[in-house]
Amino acid sequence: MEFFLQILVNGISLGFLYALSALGFVMIFKSSSVLNFAHGELLAFGAFLFLVLSTWAQLPIIVAFFCTLVGCFFLGFVVERFFLRPLIGENLIQVIMLTVGLAAMFKGLLLFIFGGDIHQYPDFLPDWLSISIGIITIPAVYTATFIIGILFLLLFGIFFKYSSQGIYMRSVADNQPAALSLGVHVQRVFALSWAIAALVAAMSGIVLGVINGINVHELSAIGLKVFPVVILGGLDSIGGAILGGLIIGLLETFTGGYISTSFREIIPYIVLVFILMVKPYGLFGLVEIERV
Amino acid sequence: MRKFKFHPCGNFKETYKEDLTIFETDFGRLWAITGLLILFGIIPFICSTYTLYIINTIGIYAIAAIGLNVLTGYTGQISLGHAAFFGVGAYSAAILATRLNLPVFISLPAAGLITALIGMIFGLPSLRLKHLYLCIATLASQFIIEYILVHWEKMTGGAEGIIVMNTNLFGLDLNNDLSFYFIVFTCLVILTIITVNLTRTRFIRAFIAIRDNDQAAEGMGIPVFRYKILSFGLSSFYAGFAGAMFAFYTMSITPEPFNMWLSIEFVAMIIIGGLGSIPGSIFGAIFIVLLNEGLSFITEYLMNMNSSGGISFTIAPLREFVFGLTIVLFIIFEPKGLAEIWRIIRSNFRLWPFSY
Repeated sequence: MEFFLQILVNGISLGFLYALSALGFVMIFKSSSVLNFAHGELLAFGAFLFLVLSTWAQLPIIVAFFCTLVGCFFLGFVVERFFLRPLIGENLIQVIMLTVGLAAMFKGLLLFIFGGDIHQYPDFLPDWLSISIGIITIPAVYTATFIIGILFLLLFGIFFKYSSQGIYMRSVADNQPAALSLGVHVQRVFALSWAIAALVAAMSGIVLGVINGINVHELSAIGLKVFPVVILGGLDSIGGAILGGLIIGLLETFTGGYISTSFREIIPYIVLVFILMVKPYGLFGLVEIERV
Repeated sequence: MRKFKFHPCGNFKETYKEDLTIFETDFGRLWAITGLLILFGIIPFICSTYTLYIINTIGIYAIAAIGLNVLTGYTGQISLGHAAFFGVGAYSAAILATRLNLPVFISLPAAGLITALIGMIFGLPSLRLKHLYLCIATLASQFIIEYILVHWEKMTGGAEGIIVMNTNLFGLDLNNDLSFYFIVFTCLVILTIITVNLTRTRFIRAFIAIRDNDQAAEGMGIPVFRYKILSFGLSSFYAGFAGAMFAFYTMSITPEPFNMWLSIEFVAMIIIGGLGSIPGSIFGAIFIVLLNEGLSFITEYLMNMNSSGGISFTIAPLREFVFGLTIVLFIIFEPKGLAEIWRIIRSNFRLWPFSY
């Protein structure tokens, strides 16, 4: 029972991490239908920027955190402006390959600067965040993750629902030509969505870094783990990404705990294939009906 | 005797037959024959063993790239699992050759057929999936096949892999660079001719129809799903055939090379070469293999220089950076790939001196 509960808690925390990493991904897909293979590298970029600012430049944690968010916001902007914008209207495969190329570039650069070792953040989370209920302990980082996750979900919910930019983004996602004809600046929406996605990715990267230490290889592998999560939830649904993250997280930890640790890596993809066969647009994705 | 055609300054085709010809001019035919003579008569005898090794690798990858181009370039189904099928071909050839002691001329096409079958199975999701979703499904098949290759130890030997020794085809030793050169390029030439001719048949025409608009294709009476599966099978056949060649050439195979990165390299080959173009796939294979070799040469050179100077820092990651940068620049500045550059050069020659 104790084992079961501990696995359950681990699974939920892992799932929340996946959900958090998937958020930025869904953001980009929702507005510009770009499948971003460089997402893991965006996570890594954010995590390393925070590392540089907090430990090497010795800035206070809060300042470093906000500087990282601002830096990544601009990175997203630059990436969209110089790499994605020339490709508007090109085939899907070219766009996918471009993000793959970007991923290789970022990864190579980060490996060159920081090497393949694991780096650690200084311990900055207060102790009261760590909760223990009976036999189960929830470490402080997980509580922090949970709080940050909820906070950002609320923020994004409000942003998409009430702010004008959010509404523009939803309109572009829904129907690009219609949004264009109504005077929405579609290119600005793309740029903004990349910027916000990079910002969210940076935050997820920091959280992941606090939990596991930061390593370029691991973070870019998380970028691939995002695919089953978002497909399960539906590529364009933020709520779906959260639920997908939780399901994949639980599935992974339970397989790891009860069946075998090596099978754990592959189970998300097997589930993914079956989900795709049964519900091609995921649990909450927008179903595109086509009639011949 | 028919009139020779040399340099038409425009498009003067009057019949469907003329439109379907492979060689538009007799110069094309002449160049093709010259090319074949150089390929089989001169190159193998002037190259060093190391150069031959690189050229053989190009030949193997070119076969696989042609296969991927059939699936992605002609049928429009993006596959990120091509390396897995390449691996399946390598393993089936190795297992057939070592366990059943089949001769190479049977196990080579048999490996292709087995891979085609497996490719068709993994193509089944294309019944309901398109575009992005199919792309992710093929990514999943890459991971699943990779897992099976590592963990089905009874069959594949796990992480240690299989050793294939003493293989020969009609008396030619497959482990020898020179004799392998002749085998791989004969296969490449034959497969290229077959594929180029296939593009004139109803099969690849149906593939192109599906790529351009699958609903319209369905409306025109093309059984879309059947053709998609056929395309998956055909593409996997090429991948499996190339994989089998790879297994016989390298002698020992492990699951390691057949990872997602190789899949990405295959896609990079056909994008840099040119989607929906057979010469493009070959150009792409040449480009990527040379890029890889060049980058590893440069990094090694720089590393040696650094270690002698006393500063040792790893430059190897920069290789990945340059690789990514090349792909990105190609996609932004020449999205149609090397095949388009080749076409522009050719038409410049053809229309010279009035190239406008």
